[in-house]
Amino acid sequence: MSASLYRREVVRELLRARGDLLGVAGLGSTAWDCTAAGDSPLTFPLWGAMGLAASIGLGLALAQPRRRVMVVTGDGEMLMGLGSLATIGVQQPANLAIVVIDNERYGETGMQLTHTAHGVDLARIALACRFRAASVVREASELAALRSAIHGGEGPLFAQVKVVDEKLPLVLPPRDGALLRARFRRALLGEAADSA
Amino acid sequence: MAERGEAVDWPRRIHAVLKEAGIGVVGYVPDAGHKRLIELCHADPGLRTVVLSTEEEGIGLAAGAWLGGARSVLLMQSSGVGNCVNALGTVKECRFPLVLIVTMRGEYGEFNPWQVPMGQATARVLEAMGVVVHKVARPEEVAPAVDAAARLAYGGYSCVAVLVSQAVIGIKSFQEQAAQ
Repeated sequence: MSASLYRREVVRELLRARGDLLGVAGLGSTAWDCTAAGDSPLTFPLWGAMGLAASIGLGLALAQPRRRVMVVTGDGEMLMGLGSLATIGVQQPANLAIVVIDNERYGETGMQLTHTAHGVDLARIALACRFRAASVVREASELAALRSAIHGGEGPLFAQVKVVDEKLPLVLPPRDGALLRARFRRALLGEAADSA
Repeated sequence: MAERGEAVDWPRRIHAVLKEAGIGVVGYVPDAGHKRLIELCHADPGLRTVVLSTEEEGIGLAAGAWLGGARSVLLMQSSGVGNCVNALGTVKECRFPLVLIVTMRGEYGEFNPWQVPMGQATARVLEAMGVVVHKVARPEEVAPAVDAAARLAYGGYSCVAVLVSQAVIGIKSFQEQAAQ
């Protein structure tokens, strides 16, 4: 089944009117997608640490239980950290959503097929790991409900959004890791970030 | 709990240090050497104790917790250090504070040859990734080293590993390990 959703539009919709949502963006295309939707200090974009986006989201969700946390990452990145879905399933963070933008390709390295192109179903893995809700999203008409669940529904929530395997212009966030860490903490914690 | 004879209850002392240091999140992959500390952490409602499927996840957990304003420590066996190497690059680049408490295998009186290569390389692998290494070989040195590690990590924005020697843990056979 060929995909009809476009990744930049999906991410832009999920981040629309984000309020105090905290974001983690997996390395590569999903980081560029989040930046294209508007660079924010409250999104932590990864330039490395492949496989760790969901774990970083878990740590953030546990530390900030009153804030919503959304991890936006790619299918290849998620596949490298499948164990973290089991770890999240044990912790049951109600404020955490994992959104996999699934183009079924390793987009940064030559568009090689990932496991999801061969039918590996990440949403069913998440369900088996005790996520409260997990689904494959294919239609634009489903995005409003997904956005609403991310911003206010009971998690942990997982969505695997099938998107067109397009190559897009790069929209890059800052790449200095210490800067990204410091600006996130300043924006979230205020002056306390400097004395903690 | 009373300490038996001259034995130092170093896991209980580590737990006290973690509380003193304001640690809120403990991530771990079990090791026999960490058994008692893991039990103490799980029994403490003031700690969020997170069992990991691989040690590498713990680096992400700790980074995310720090982004959210919480301090954490990770407990692992020396073999798990090998699972963390690429993630430690992110810790260095972003200058995340991090405390690893590593119980050693493949080091002092090891009985399993498969543990020896990683155990012998643990300190050098950590140092190659920019981690400060504190080695401790006596029970009474463990908690002070964890205290120093937490101060250096959270005061000095550093990544610090305390390597607890097999001489402290004292397991000398498969049979002893299975009987834990």
